[in-house]
Amino acid sequence: MMRRSPKMVTEAMQTYSFSRRAWLLGTAQAGVGLLLAGRMGWLAIAQNEKYNLLAESNRVNLTMIPPRRGWIVDRHGAPIANNRTDFRIDIIPDRLEGGDAGRDRVLALLARLLDLTPDDVERIRIDLDGAAGFQPVQVAENISWDRFAAISLRQPELPGVAPTRGFARAYPAGAAVAHLTGYVGAANAEQFKKTHDPLLVTPGFKLGKDGLEKQLEPLLRGVAGAKRVEVTARGKVVAELPTRADVPGKTQRLTIDAGLQEYAARRLGTNSGSAVVLDCRTGEMLAMVSMPAYDPNSFSDGISHLEWKMLSDDDHVPLMNKVTQGLYPPGSTVKPMNGLALLAAGVGAHDRIVCSGALRVGTGIFHCHKKGGHGPLDLKGAIEQSCDIYFYEMIRRQGYDKIAPVARMVGLGQKFDLPLATQRYGTVPDSEWKLRKYKHPWTVADGLNASIGQGYVLANPLQLAVMAARIASGRALQPSLLASHVHLDAPALPVPSEHLAIVRDAMYGVINQGGTGAAARLLVPGVAIAGKTGTAQVRRITMAERRSTGVIKNGQLPFKMRDHALFVGFAPHDNPQYAIAVVLEHNGHTVRNLDTPMIARDIMTYQFDRDRAMKALADVEPTWGGDIGTRMAAQAAAYRAAQSPPPAANATKTDATVPSDSDAVEAATDLANQTQAAMAPVAVTGDAEPADASDPSGRTQP
Amino acid sequence: MTRSRIVPDPIARQPWRIIALVVAIGAFGQIVLYSAAGGSLQPWALSQGIRFFVLLGAALAISYVPERVWKSAALPAYVVIVIALVLVELVGAVRGGSQRWLDVGIKLQPSEFMKPVIVLACARFYDMLPPNETRRFGAIWPAALLIGIPAALIAKQPDLGTALMVCGGGVVVMFLAGVPMRLFIGGALALAVAAPIAFNYVLHDYQRNRVLIFLDPESDPLRTGYHISQSKIAIGSGGLWGKGFLNGTQSHLDYLPEGHTDFVFATMAEEWGLVGGCLLILAFILVVRWGVNVGQQATTRFARLTAAGLATTIFFYVAINLAMVMGLAPVVGIPLPLVSFGSSAQMTVLLCLGILMSIDRTNRRVSRR
Repeated sequence: MMRRSPKMVTEAMQTYSFSRRAWLLGTAQAGVGLLLAGRMGWLAIAQNEKYNLLAESNRVNLTMIPPRRGWIVDRHGAPIANNRTDFRIDIIPDRLEGGDAGRDRVLALLARLLDLTPDDVERIRIDLDGAAGFQPVQVAENISWDRFAAISLRQPELPGVAPTRGFARAYPAGAAVAHLTGYVGAANAEQFKKTHDPLLVTPGFKLGKDGLEKQLEPLLRGVAGAKRVEVTARGKVVAELPTRADVPGKTQRLTIDAGLQEYAARRLGTNSGSAVVLDCRTGEMLAMVSMPAYDPNSFSDGISHLEWKMLSDDDHVPLMNKVTQGLYPPGSTVKPMNGLALLAAGVGAHDRIVCSGALRVGTGIFHCHKKGGHGPLDLKGAIEQSCDIYFYEMIRRQGYDKIAPVARMVGLGQKFDLPLATQRYGTVPDSEWKLRKYKHPWTVADGLNASIGQGYVLANPLQLAVMAARIASGRALQPSLLASHVHLDAPALPVPSEHLAIVRDAMYGVINQGGTGAAARLLVPGVAIAGKTGTAQVRRITMAERRSTGVIKNGQLPFKMRDHALFVGFAPHDNPQYAIAVVLEHNGHTVRNLDTPMIARDIMTYQFDRDRAMKALADVEPTWGGDIGTRMAAQAAAYRAAQSPPPAANATKTDATVPSDSDAVEAATDLANQTQAAMAPVAVTGDAEPADASDPSGRTQP
Repeated sequence: MTRSRIVPDPIARQPWRIIALVVAIGAFGQIVLYSAAGGSLQPWALSQGIRFFVLLGAALAISYVPERVWKSAALPAYVVIVIALVLVELVGAVRGGSQRWLDVGIKLQPSEFMKPVIVLACARFYDMLPPNETRRFGAIWPAALLIGIPAALIAKQPDLGTALMVCGGGVVVMFLAGVPMRLFIGGALALAVAAPIAFNYVLHDYQRNRVLIFLDPESDPLRTGYHISQSKIAIGSGGLWGKGFLNGTQSHLDYLPEGHTDFVFATMAEEWGLVGGCLLILAFILVVRWGVNVGQQATTRFARLTAAGLATTIFFYVAINLAMVMGLAPVVGIPLPLVSFGSSAQMTVLLCLGILMSIDRTNRRVSRR
């Protein structure tokens, strides 16, 4: 119970109390009114700017316009990589509504509007499951305007679906330029998390993933534009607002000749190989081809697991840029360089060695590729006939340590300043190198192996081309790929011009005076090629094999055991303009048309008589199944049929490593290293008259 | 007060100032609704306008009902509405997750009528209570019961906003009736203690969420917090003078939810700015002040308590709604009277005004005598 009030309450007191309290109430109410007005002032005046911004960002929907990528053009301005207009449809997983049911509804509608196959739908489903929410998942690319319009019209029914009208990268020459340009692709999640640049997750935006596209990314990218539209809360577009145009990336001109590049790629045929053509006046790279290759167009669209597996499984390693990543024993192609070194060491140009077909060093016997021997030979004859015994003996006398510096001088073992991600620069061995690496002293056998470009010697095709160009020009040319970065003013090599003349003359003889490279003789009147063939063995030939059955012919060996075929050269022989290197993995000199001399001859012919070269190609191309596109399509169809892939294989491979870093490439280069390691201590190889499947002999120490 | 002879007496004797004020607010409300519909009389402005003038006429008619009728009807009306609330609980229609409506030909929301009726009932109770008893326990528990029963029923629907308004109306009458001040201070303290407990154990999940989101609207910008965020954006982007009539983007592009009902003030503020907002607030303060003054001038205790109580009911409507749209209170679903589209609140407020005018009429008759 309440305590009794001390005073009596009268009606008058009550009235007084009421008016006091009513006044208090009125005041409190007015106070609340003021408070509300103050709050409103705070929102509308003090924070006006912030809320204006928020209202604007509500109202205005800003879509980035991916910048048009700068073109990559060849030395004459012809496009190597350009942009085609593209209508595409993506799904932004974050913006899908209604859970799984909503997603299925959207996919069903898309499948109907775009005529997607069940495989496509399954691919999109798997991609959606795997994608981070903000990453666009591609539904379809390069669709017709009608379909694009149909989707755009029904966008309110398709939450999360983003139709974009933009540009897609196109490589007119396809696989022929794959390892030159690399390819472009959507940014991956890590890249976005690093920079949070909204452009990276804009549908249709692609950045360089490999090759020049990656190396030149900052120059090629350009600046994104923005499209502004007024939208309702439900995303309906009410009005278009002024749009900021994109700034296209800068066009990059290369030293490459697109016609020659494509011709060389086609002329390599079914080979797993590479070809490099340099201008031997400036060092400009005119062609840099590695075949087979992937199609950068389909890579840029997003490659499926199946395609990736096909490329990875291929023993011709289409993912590898063999020009700079492939390392090969250069074989007899080093003999002209050896000649320079011997002349510099004081060997006379006419000093002779008698080749009896074999040379005993200590307890071992080293064979020449010619069983009966060449008889007495001077330097020119030894280069022309590719005599092993001459170089064994001469270099045994001088020591390989006098050869190695010259090898480095002409470019072997060197890394060049080029916008290429990976250059494996191989090995030019000498006694100090061996001691450092293997903790063993240099042996005479090591020197003999190295003297014919085997054993520890490894080089990439680019280095071989540079070697040819430097011997041809007598200058320390530096190869270049960008038209803006040509290294002019290359200094002269520290070699007497008489020495160079002797070696060049020998190389002329290889092709034109009954040497081992007669098949490379140019058919262009008045122009002669000078060159040197090479064969590099990748297996040991045992004494037992030699005695019982004779050396097994390449045609009977499995692909991986066949010899590499090589060729270096330049033309015209008396006024060198172009230098070339062709390296064919495991070619084995089995098919004449597809062997190095004729390939080099045709590529070189292209530079002097384009029509004749094209005709030569037209004659032979049908014999190996048509041009690159035809053969790639046939191979893909066969592979698909053989694999009968599960639907998941069609899913876009988002974690695909860049081709030049892929496992397949690692495996292939490891093989080269293993070969080196396995053969170096014991095996020696010879050289053969190429393309006639004659006995390519090898030698072993007992 | 001298009157012109041209204007007939019954017309001249109408409380023109307050009528003008109310019409001004109502008309402004229709202009805002016209804009909220994207510059169209349909679907809101026209029907709202018709209803407004019909109800205003009804309020003027009600103002002729003498005070004693209100007095004798107060407790019976209270009983009827409590019964209706019980019926709602038993058979009412569920809408938007709560059971508020009684379908008797037209849909009725009894809780809405409880807002003025609780004031009448409490005023009647203190009117009957002898002055001596005011400071005793007997002055408190019956009033507490009068307030508690309907408040509990309404809270159970659940409609927290209305329940709080009913409590507020009743408590204000208790306060005006002279119940000792320390009780209110103590009550406020008790509330401060009880609030966190109620928050954790009494409130529904959605109510708890609303409170949490009110405290931090950006924590949930896409769902419940969306209302508050968008409303603040609309008000804040209006600036001093507003974006201009029919130029509001938040409302016209549908970013502002409920832009014609509970959040109509934000729609208005976006287009009319701080100036429009302050004028509207001022108009409401004038209406409420007039109501409180009617109470000050009233001669009977019932009339005094009723007038000040009803004025406060109108005040609660406005204050809670504005605090809500400005992000000072959780979203509780109290509309802005006379402006928001919808009939219930409009009817309640005009009923309050009708009763206030009736008391005012009595006051003036007394002073003329």
